[in-house]
Formats: sequence, C-alpha cells, structure tokens
Amino acid sequence: MTLSTEASPIGSAPGGKATSAPLLGGATEPTLFELSHAGRRSWSFRTSGIPEVPVHELVPEAHRRADPLPLPEVSERDLVAHFTRLSHRQFSVDLGAYPLGSCTMKYNPKVCDTVASLPGLASVHPGAPASLTQGWLELLVELEDALCEITGMAAATLQPAAGAAGELTGLLLMRAWHDEHGSTRTKVIIPDSAHGTNPASVTLGGYQVVTVPSDGRGCVDMDALRSVLDDDVAGIMLTNPNTLGLFEEDIAAIASAVHEVGGLLYYDGANLNAILGVVRPGDMGFDIVHMNLHKTFATPHGGGGPGAGPVAVSQRLVDFLPGPRPVRTDPAGGDPRYAWATPERSIGRVHSWHGNTLVLARALAYILANGGDGLRQVAETAVLNANWIRQRLSGTYDVPFDRPCMHEVVLSAQTLKETYGVRALDVAKRLLEEGFHAPTVYFPLIVDEALMIEPTETESPQTLLALAESLERIAYEASTHPEGWMAEYPHRTPVRRVDEARAARTLIPTDDDRP
Amino acid sequence: MPTYIPHTDQELASMLAFLGLSSVEELFSVVPEALRLQRGLELASGAGEPDVLAHMDDLAQANRARADRLICFAGGGAYDHETPSVTRALAGRSEFVTSYTPYQPEVAQGVLQAIFEYQTMVARLAGLPIANASLYDGGSAAVEAVNLGVAATGRATVWVSGGIHPHWRTMLTTFAAGTGHQIRTIPLQDGITRWPDTWDSGEPPGVVLVGYPNYLGCLENLEQARALCDETGALLVVAADPVAAGLLRSAGEWGADVVVGEGQAFGTALSFGGPYLGLFACARAHLRRLPGRLVGETVDVEGRRAYVTTLRAREQDIRREKASSNVCTNQTLMAVTAAIQLGWLGTSGLAEVARRCAQATRYTRQALLAVDGITAYADAPVVREFAISLPIPAETMIERMADAGFLAGIPLDESFDGGRQALLVAVTERRTRDEIDAYVTAMAKAVR
Repeated sequence: MTLSTEASPIGSAPGGKATSAPLLGGATEPTLFELSHAGRRSWSFRTSGIPEVPVHELVPEAHRRADPLPLPEVSERDLVAHFTRLSHRQFSVDLGAYPLGSCTMKYNPKVCDTVASLPGLASVHPGAPASLTQGWLELLVELEDALCEITGMAAATLQPAAGAAGELTGLLLMRAWHDEHGSTRTKVIIPDSAHGTNPASVTLGGYQVVTVPSDGRGCVDMDALRSVLDDDVAGIMLTNPNTLGLFEEDIAAIASAVHEVGGLLYYDGANLNAILGVVRPGDMGFDIVHMNLHKTFATPHGGGGPGAGPVAVSQRLVDFLPGPRPVRTDPAGGDPRYAWATPERSIGRVHSWHGNTLVLARALAYILANGGDGLRQVAETAVLNANWIRQRLSGTYDVPFDRPCMHEVVLSAQTLKETYGVRALDVAKRLLEEGFHAPTVYFPLIVDEALMIEPTETESPQTLLALAESLERIAYEASTHPEGWMAEYPHRTPVRRVDEARAARTLIPTDDDRP
Repeated sequence: MPTYIPHTDQELASMLAFLGLSSVEELFSVVPEALRLQRGLELASGAGEPDVLAHMDDLAQANRARADRLICFAGGGAYDHETPSVTRALAGRSEFVTSYTPYQPEVAQGVLQAIFEYQTMVARLAGLPIANASLYDGGSAAVEAVNLGVAATGRATVWVSGGIHPHWRTMLTTFAAGTGHQIRTIPLQDGITRWPDTWDSGEPPGVVLVGYPNYLGCLENLEQARALCDETGALLVVAADPVAAGLLRSAGEWGADVVVGEGQAFGTALSFGGPYLGLFACARAHLRRLPGRLVGETVDVEGRRAYVTTLRAREQDIRREKASSNVCTNQTLMAVTAAIQLGWLGTSGLAEVARRCAQATRYTRQALLAVDGITAYADAPVVREFAISLPIPAETMIERMADAGFLAGIPLDESFDGGRQALLVAVTERRTRDEIDAYVTAMAKAVR
C-alpha cells in the first residue's frame, strides 16, 4: 500500500484538527475531594434579615441529620482551576471535527447559547399558569408547527427528553391506538441494523421484538419482512436513511405492507439530518416520528445530554398525544392566545414538566436562522460530505455496501485486520492522536470491524481532506509497521488506553470506594 | 442568509465533480421521485442572528412569570435557588457543553471525572453506595426506580404515596401501560401517607414509593414505610428532596433501597421545566439493574488513574431487548453543573442553604397562617415547602398576586382533596425578610 500524494482538487489546508491544543503533561487531576481542605468555602447568600429560631424548632429531632453531609471544601479559585483543568482533558465539537457516526456532531451555533440564557426564558417557573407564560407557549407552538412541516406530520408532543424517551412515547401511542381499536397485538418489527434503544424501548412498551435481516444491499429484506407480517404485528420501527447510511428505497412498499396488516410505522429520527427538505417521513407513510433535536437541530450534546426527542404523529393519532399540550386559541377578533390542553384520549405524561424546554428554544432559534431553504442545504451538504469521504476512502478501507450513501458512510477495517492485524478499534484510537474524534466503531452490528463516519455539513472541505489523509496515513502505517504497533496508540492524549476490564472487576464508582 | 455551512460554491462544484455528479439533486437519486418533496419547506427564509435574537426576545418578553420580575414563591420540584457566577461560568465551558457521550475515554477524562465526582456527591446525599450518571428528571428517575423494583422482587404491584409529585404519578401510570405494572395510589391523611394496615387485594406490593419530604413539604414517616417493606418484601423507593437532605437524615439511613430525586436545585435554572436532572442512587445489591450510565475509576496502560463508563453490559446498546432500561442520552451537563454547584456549596454551604430555606419557610408559613382566611392545608411538620388552604381558587390568587409582583406558588391539583383552593408555597434562601413581608401583605389583600 502506498500513501496517496495526489494533489487534491480542493487544495490542502490543515483544517479541523485539534492537535494544536496544548497538553500540559500527563499528570492526573486530583478529584475535588482530594483538593478539599476543611474549613475552606466559596459560598455566599443574600442578606435575609429573617428572624431565626434554633434548629430543633425547625426539624423534629428524629428527622434531623446528626452530622453535616461531607462535600468538598474548596475556594472559588480552586473550584475554577479544577473544572477548567478537567475541561482541558476533554475533546469537544468546539475543539475539532467529531465524525462520530449516527450522532450528528455538527457545530452548535453560539446564538442558541444566547437564546438559552435569556432571563425571560431561563428564569420562568414551569408551574406558572398559561396567562403568565404566553411567550413560552407561543414558542412551543411555533416549534411544533415547524417540526410538523419538516416531518410532514399533523401534530407533535415536545415532552420526550431524548430519542429513547421519544421511542417509548411512540410505542405507547401505538399501543393506545390498537387498544382503542380493540386489537391486542404483541409484536414490533425492527431491522437487525437498528440502534439498541429500539429493542429496549419495544420491551418497555410491552411488545416482543421481531428482528428482520438486511438484504445484500443493506436494506430491509422485503421477503423476510413479508414472512413475519401478520395481524399480531403492532408496527415496525425504521430509521431512514438506516444506520448503514443507506436510504430504504422500498419504503413505500414497506409502508403499504405494514399498513395492510393493520400495523403502524414508527420513524426513528436519528438520521433526519440527511433528508431535511428533501423527503418527509409523513410522505413516506410513517405514522409516528421522533426527532433528536440534539442531532439534527444542533443543540449541544452536553457530554451525553441533555437532548430533546419530540414525537410527531399523523392525524389519526393526535388525540392520543401526551398532555397537557400547548395550543393556540383565537378569541374572536382578538390576538392569538395560548393555553394548555390535554387530548381526549391522551396516553398521559412522559416528562415531569413540559419537556427539555430550553433545548427546544435552542432548536427553534436554529430553525429560524437556517430557514426552510437553509435546512435543505444542511441535508445536501451533509450528504455531499459523506459521499466525498466514501469516494475518497473507498480504495483504502472496505466499503461493505458500495453505493451512494446519505449523511454517513459505514466503512470497515476487515481487510486491515485480516492482512495486518489492525482492528477498527486501533484505527479509532490512532485517529484520536491525529486530533480528530474517532468514528463510531463496531456499529451497526451487522458490519464486521465497522467504522461509521458522519462528517456533518459544518465541516469544511479542508477538514474532510485532513480527516481523509489521516485515515489514509493510518492504513499506510498498518501496512508498514509490525503487528501490535498501532495497538500502542494513543500516546499523547490525557490518558492512554484504559483498563476497562479492571474498572468492572474492581468497581470504584465513587471517591468513597477508592482503596 | 446566515449559514453554518462553510463550503463556497466553487468547492461544492469541485466536490460534486469528484463524485461524477452534475447537480446536488443527483445526491438524492436513491430517494424515489414520487416521495420527494416537490416544493420548499413552508418555513420562513433564514434570518440573521440579530433578527433571530429579536424574535426570541419578543417571546421571552411575553412571559410575565420570570423570576427577575415576579418574586418567586413557587416550588413543587422546581426552585429559585442561588446560582453563582462561578457555576454558570464553569458549566458553560464549551468542552462540557459540546462534547458527546464519553465513548472514547482517552479524550473524555474531563466529563468522566466530573461524572465520577457527581456520582460520589449523589451517593452521599442519598446515603447509599451507588449513584448513576443521571436520568432525564425526577419523574423519569421514579419510573426507572419502579421498573428496577418490580424486576428485583418479581412483583408488579406498586404502592405509590399520594404525596408523590402529581406529574410523576401520572408518568408512572403512563409508562405502566407498557410494562403492565399495577399502580395503586395510597391516599394522604393530614399531609402524610396513610399506609394500609393490611394488603387486601391479593398480591403484596413489590415496590413502595414515598416522598421525603413529600410534595406538600411534609415529613413522611419512613420508619413505618420501611417496616411495611420488611413485612411485605417490597423495595422501598424514596423520592428525596436533595436540598432538604442538608438538614435531614438521609433516605438511605432510613432504609431506602433506591433513592430518586429532582436535582434542578443544584445550579440549573428554572428553565420552564427542562432540562433538569434525575438523581438516582441504590443499594449495592441492585447494581446489575442500575439504569443508565455508570462511571468507574481504573488505570491506563501506564498505570495512571483514569475514568471510564463501566458495567456496560447492562445498557441498551449491548443488551438490546433484554436491557432493563432504554435510556441512552441522559442529562450529563446538568450532572456536571450539580457537581460544580455542590463544590461551591461544600459541607457548610449545603447545610446553610437547607437551614436558610427552613428558617424562611417557618417565618413565611407562620405569617401566612395569621392572615384571616388562610389556613394550613396539612399539619404535619414541614421543612422547605408547605401548602395552604384559601377561600378562593388558587388560580385566582396567583393572578391577583402576579399584579402585585409575586409568583405566589402553584395550585395543588384535583388529585388532592380541595386541591383547587390550595396553594403550594416554597421559600428558598433567596427570599429576604422584606420580600416575605411584602408577599404576606399582598396575600392578605388578595385573599379578600
């Protein structure tokens, strides 16, 4: 294997890498508990002037804590230093490209941070009545309308806090629909390429999972699907484009086959970024759609959350949505007013309040900034970037399903593994030291040594080139270095490969368990 | 039009040429023509940042119930606590804000260690050895705890105290439609749960869920709840207020098997209800059923201390349909925020905030109960929140008080006896004597 030195038509620039970030050394950061010094403090409160009584008059003795709860005692200065140093030990989108397949780690516009910090949004109590929170209700209705237009659905609940919460909400809607029609069904179909949350949600929805295989082209095997369809099937959950980054071209046939046996179609919105303004789940025949606002609509992932997973439905399911829902009421001749209303046959409530509302506000700001035309460009560019990566790397890595992809591409390190003993995991760890986050590895499960790359639309051609060159260099190194060489990587990250087996075996889940 | 897409037209053309395509439309040739949207999305064209901010600010201005305009006496799981500049600044660091779930520990030690510190603090608050890396909110934590309890005991009957947050009770019923759990609400008497002397309907409960303090602010008798669980073999799940825990014996000390709670009070803004923070802690015996992520300490190949998500085999991406929970994305940023806030409070600060809340609550309650027409809704001891009965609908009271500059509280709902004429009032350490005195005066006027 040789390292490509071919000049690129888009020129060369060292974009997107985080390798210029200073690493001040390999020392461990002490925990906040280790930094604690008895008697030190940071806190201060308002001067209250409230006449006080002895504590025993406040809390009956039996309920009173004997000793104060031990927490770290640090100065504000030390608190800042500790968490700032921790932040320097963390990769992020703001630092560099994050081509983590299936996660849509696009740039998070800063204007949305400003929106989320507006006191008129951030300091509103969720239990305040509609009359005092008209702005929030209007915001939620505006977002719901936009999400329905984007997905081609009739109405949506904004309550689910994340994708998995949306899935379970959708399955409960499915159950309520069948119950209403006196139909007891026990099975939900999912493809073998599905995210793990799908089968887990199906179980919590009270259904049994029936898995259908993918065909040689990476799509749902239609014959296998038909063979499991009967009137015991409550519905099917699909991601389209699927987790291989491929569009399910037979979706119309799938929809009619499932509808024919009385089942409903659930759209997992994990990959919605690929189709914004191009094709809508509602027009494909889906009845229930969840969206991951923390993917498609650029709300930041926060190191693992918060997200938001609104669920949109077709007209026949609107009456089952969770409540209360924000609705517009138009008094005759007056300005629009907003109120809460619970649908007639509502499944109930899936959030303690109204959903992850500040995340919802960020998503609305993102939609307004892009507009309808801009959102379509988002999809176009995301798909273009992924296909460019696919084309560029197709001679270097295996491409299990070699046809145009959508917003992400699944490559494989199968040949590297067989020829040089270098696994997908080694490629991922080696890439970290190139200043890029790793792709998703070993998913979807149906591809051996999978490397799932989702560049997103916000990475420039120069960043794509730098990423591709790094991956090419890694493949070249695999061919020129002894087996095991790459397994030593990474060397310069804040820590090197960690002992996961030991973490499970010795289990130290808190500072109090440290030997 | 603003765009977050960096490509120039020339670059787009060059990339398409590299793919052998002549138009962007050809990228979507795999999408059947008949399905494609034949028009543009019916949304406004993209707007610049100033216009976006102006629109969002218009919406924000239309909210009267902002804590910077109406002095906040509302609680019920969402509280107006002090959040210092340092918590906002650190929690807003973009390394925490814009990173993903820590799947690559070599470049995610910042988030992983912050979660480890958070887990330690939550475990101590709960008085139990294990805490997870967070769940969506208090209600979802309660649902997960019930699922864990039913799986552990093999009994699907769940006794839920009527003193649990009414929204959480609705959530439990909503999700029970899928799991088949039998949710039975046990009514309150004088503000605390009146547990049945015997169980009459066949199966004894597999899970007992009670608040501490409960939704009305009252201190439940956890000794009795624990005895009930010992007698029936049920798991005791306590929904504990983590701020009150600064003064109270921990739920773990009372014998809780699982402790859940709403962690918004630790540095997260009121935010109209989200994103908040679901606290979850349990006894070691339930480790293998713990929902969500868990961070553990280990070492790297050079023997340096390192952190990593652990016991991963419990989770949905590995266990799939056999997983006990479907949670994936959680509320990590709020967990990191809570760790920062609890670091700011420290041992003395948490005790101080709990004590100040209790002092202010006592002072306010006493003054309100001296007002003609206002009576106690329940007599049981309270710590940081309480309910009062009014001669008028609580909603009317709230409207009148808004005109006087206060968010007076939140109404109890129909699930409580006389709920529509009862108001839940919370007084945090942010309320001063002057504010409280003015509030009581306004309440006395509004109640007439």
